[in-house]
Amino acid sequence: PSVFIADMADEALFQFLHNEVIQYVNSAESGETENGRCVSKLENMGFRVGQGLIERFTKDTARFKDELDIMKFICKDFWTCVFKKQIDNLRTNHQGIYVLQDNKFRLLTQLSTGKQYLEHAPKYLAFTCGLVRGGLSNLGVKSIVTAEVSVMPACKFQVMIQKM
Amino acid sequence: MEICKVFFHLSVSVILSPLQNYPLYIRSVPSQSELKFHYTVHTSLDVVEEKISTAGKAMAEQRELYLGLLYPTEDYKVYGYVTNSKVKFVIVVDSSNTSLRDNEIRSMFRKLHNSFTDVMCNPFYNPGDPIQSRAMFTMVSGLKSDKCGWLV
Repeated sequence: PSVFIADMADEALFQFLHNEVIQYVNSAESGETENGRCVSKLENMGFRVGQGLIERFTKDTARFKDELDIMKFICKDFWTCVFKKQIDNLRTNHQGIYVLQDNKFRLLTQLSTGKQYLEHAPKYLAFTCGLVRGGLSNLGVKSIVTAEVSVMPACKFQVMIQKM
Repeated sequence: MEICKVFFHLSVSVILSPLQNYPLYIRSVPSQSELKFHYTVHTSLDVVEEKISTAGKAMAEQRELYLGLLYPTEDYKVYGYVTNSKVKFVIVVDSSNTSLRDNEIRSMFRKLHNSFTDVMCNPFYNPGDPIQSRAMFTMVSGLKSDKCGWLV
């Protein structure tokens, strides 16, 4: 894992680039009052990136035992490689639903520390949702990933595993 | 995922898609024999699946899919390798090529895996499409020429 961290671009660079991508996609959709298309574009971007990333990250790891093992990998190694920290809390109902809680999500820390700009949060979470979905997809897990924020910068990502 | 079949000088490499098991990249050096390798590889898939499903108990190494002689007919040895992303690589080697050692096969798989990872990260590549990367082609040629030395 330390090899991957060394390869990753500087954390701030990724954050700034991410924010610019959101601004760009948002302005391309100007005229649409709803966030829908903007969010799904960002999510699809994240999906493709997640596919490539997971291929690199799992190149040298041992084979995963099961679904929970994969989710733990996402919470620890994957999150650390991308966001330099781990997921703070993982919960599951053992029936295909996982909730990943990040109390200080890196891509939200610059926005606010409360409820300000809450309505813009979905755009800032879309790429990451796609990232997780893409990563899982290439590990053979089909899923739907959504995110919710109630108080920034904490957020929860919900992963619903789809039976193939 | 992709199935990459690379047919070397008397050997064949195949990379198979994780879900549908279709080949994404096929290259055969003696190109006329490509068809018969398809059959060989597809039969080997059953063994691959079997190995993956039984590997759950012990933390089996991801590259422990050296099947050795899958089946002794046709004097081929079939080796397999499955990544965490469920991409299957298969190498078929002519049995007369007995000088090929296990670690050489491992390093061939390693190179295939590295090349494949690069292809995946290429923005112009759409996962699921046939691989047309020149870099992959060059790497595979390199593998082939390594082996040529042994065929003397």
